[in-house]
Amino acid sequence: MEHQRQPPTEVLTPEALAASVGQQGGSPSPPDAVARYALGLGDDALILAQRLGEWIANAPELEEDVALGNIGLDTLGHARSLLTYAGSAWGKTEDDLAYFRDEADFRCRQIFEQPNGDFAQTIARQLIVSAYFTVLYRGLVDSADGTLAAIAAKAAKEVDYHLDHSEIWSVRLALGTEESRRRTVAGLEAIWPFVDELFADDPAADAVPAVAVRPGTLREPFDAIVLPVLARAELAVPTTPAVAGGGRLGVHSEALGHLLAEMQVLARQHPGAVW
Amino acid sequence: MSAATSPTASPSEASKLAAFDALIAENQRIEPSDWMPEAYRKTLVRQMSQHAHSEIIGMQPEGNWITRAPSLKRKAILMAKVQDEAGHGLYLYSATETLGITRDEMLDQLHTGKAKYSSIFNYLAPSWADMGSIGWLVDGAAIANQVPLCRASYGPYGRAMVRICKEESFHQRQGFEILLALMNGTEAQQRMAQESVDRWYAPALMMFGPPDAESPNSQQSMAWKIKRFSNDDLRQRFVDMIVPQAEFLGVTLPDPDLRWNEDRGHYDFGELDWDEFYAVLRGSGQANALRLAKRRAAHDEGAWVREAARAYAERAASSERLAS
Repeated sequence: MEHQRQPPTEVLTPEALAASVGQQGGSPSPPDAVARYALGLGDDALILAQRLGEWIANAPELEEDVALGNIGLDTLGHARSLLTYAGSAWGKTEDDLAYFRDEADFRCRQIFEQPNGDFAQTIARQLIVSAYFTVLYRGLVDSADGTLAAIAAKAAKEVDYHLDHSEIWSVRLALGTEESRRRTVAGLEAIWPFVDELFADDPAADAVPAVAVRPGTLREPFDAIVLPVLARAELAVPTTPAVAGGGRLGVHSEALGHLLAEMQVLARQHPGAVW
Repeated sequence: MSAATSPTASPSEASKLAAFDALIAENQRIEPSDWMPEAYRKTLVRQMSQHAHSEIIGMQPEGNWITRAPSLKRKAILMAKVQDEAGHGLYLYSATETLGITRDEMLDQLHTGKAKYSSIFNYLAPSWADMGSIGWLVDGAAIANQVPLCRASYGPYGRAMVRICKEESFHQRQGFEILLALMNGTEAQQRMAQESVDRWYAPALMMFGPPDAESPNSQQSMAWKIKRFSNDDLRQRFVDMIVPQAEFLGVTLPDPDLRWNEDRGHYDFGELDWDEFYAVLRGSGQANALRLAKRRAAHDEGAWVREAARAYAERAASSERLAS
């Protein structure tokens, strides 16, 4: 059954969404298939935000503590809206989903869980994921699901700034000093194997064609953003082979277990507690 | 007595000093382009850079909990708060730069241990409840200290403080809310909150500095209207504020001598352990070495990034020159 098109709601904060979803006059809870799609998108954003949070108080300069913190905070906001919406289909909160699922239940693609590495590697990852989010959310604005369309409309504006930030730094680091160039090349090579997975088929997206953006359709607009940046930075597209991927099916790299152990430890010590 | 006494002033210095003293007496603001006595400038550089350093070092105990915050809402609030602190550090470094010192020089003083930061951050934050205590007590004490600084005689400092104080009051409220949620929670959560308040109460009271009788710099700073209230006055004001808040929370403040004094119209409170205060100041706190090592590591590991940015900016500027 095709999900009914809803008019885009007002800008959705996670709290507003949590309070209104499934209530009379609020956003309707999504059908199971839409919730599964939203879960994958929410996990991507959540795991990236967790990684960006690791930078705060450790950045190369104060301006970057602020910038990476801001980007992480926006991304966490997207995650919270998406997970709140997805969870409402199953009677679960954003925190049930974030803190009380195990690795194999997470649906994030593997690029998001990759360790930060040095600043150059973080920027390489951030360039790729910001370009990906930009084309994804631009497409999702036309989703048949009004709530997802509204979340995407808000997110699209924010990731535009994130993309600016990573473009500027990619060029600056690539053309800065010998050392920064060496690190930028290494960072890009380390992260590039995870690019193809972003555009791999996703059964959750295929199940709701009018709601979802098909990942394969995003490759061309993604390349149209990223390749000119690499050209400006005088960087070659790495030839490192792609990893097998499978994040949408619950297949993850070794990094995710460590990330979840840290993220979930306190919540799991006190199951059922309210914070 | 003149607000700024300088026995060796030359005649022209003397007239500048008279003009400066008049501005201070009229509660006017001193601006970067105004003449100011060297001692006033030095005092401000010391106080403002210390304040900036405290914001930066203060990011660490809370940064330590961002990745483990027990709910996504708390994680978001904590990220926003620590990010605010980086922003406060930035304003304060910029405001201090108007006094003729660079951010690099100030950071260097921090990294070499020459400059101080608030001793409170040399206490550890091993418990989630510490995010509550730091907000409620540490930021609360900071606000009590800082609100009067919005009227500090040096313009750039006072203006930076107006914005900082607005954000700090949000920080204090979120800390109070963390503790309130814990006190309304399970027994384990209540114990966590009480244990944390037990550790932070006395160090927070010591944030106002030593008793007035032992605070040699305070009187000059008050004469210059950099500082508006004495350490003991601010401490009393803070205790009077937090006692009813503690009652509302249902936490016990760890001071057997704490009681309402009808005659004074204030709460009496017990002696603080000033030996501990001076020991932490000298470097033997729980985290002095840890905080500084972490700050230095972030700075050193970022050196190549800053160099790259500089090199790129220089190259961009020279190619612009060639093009024009």
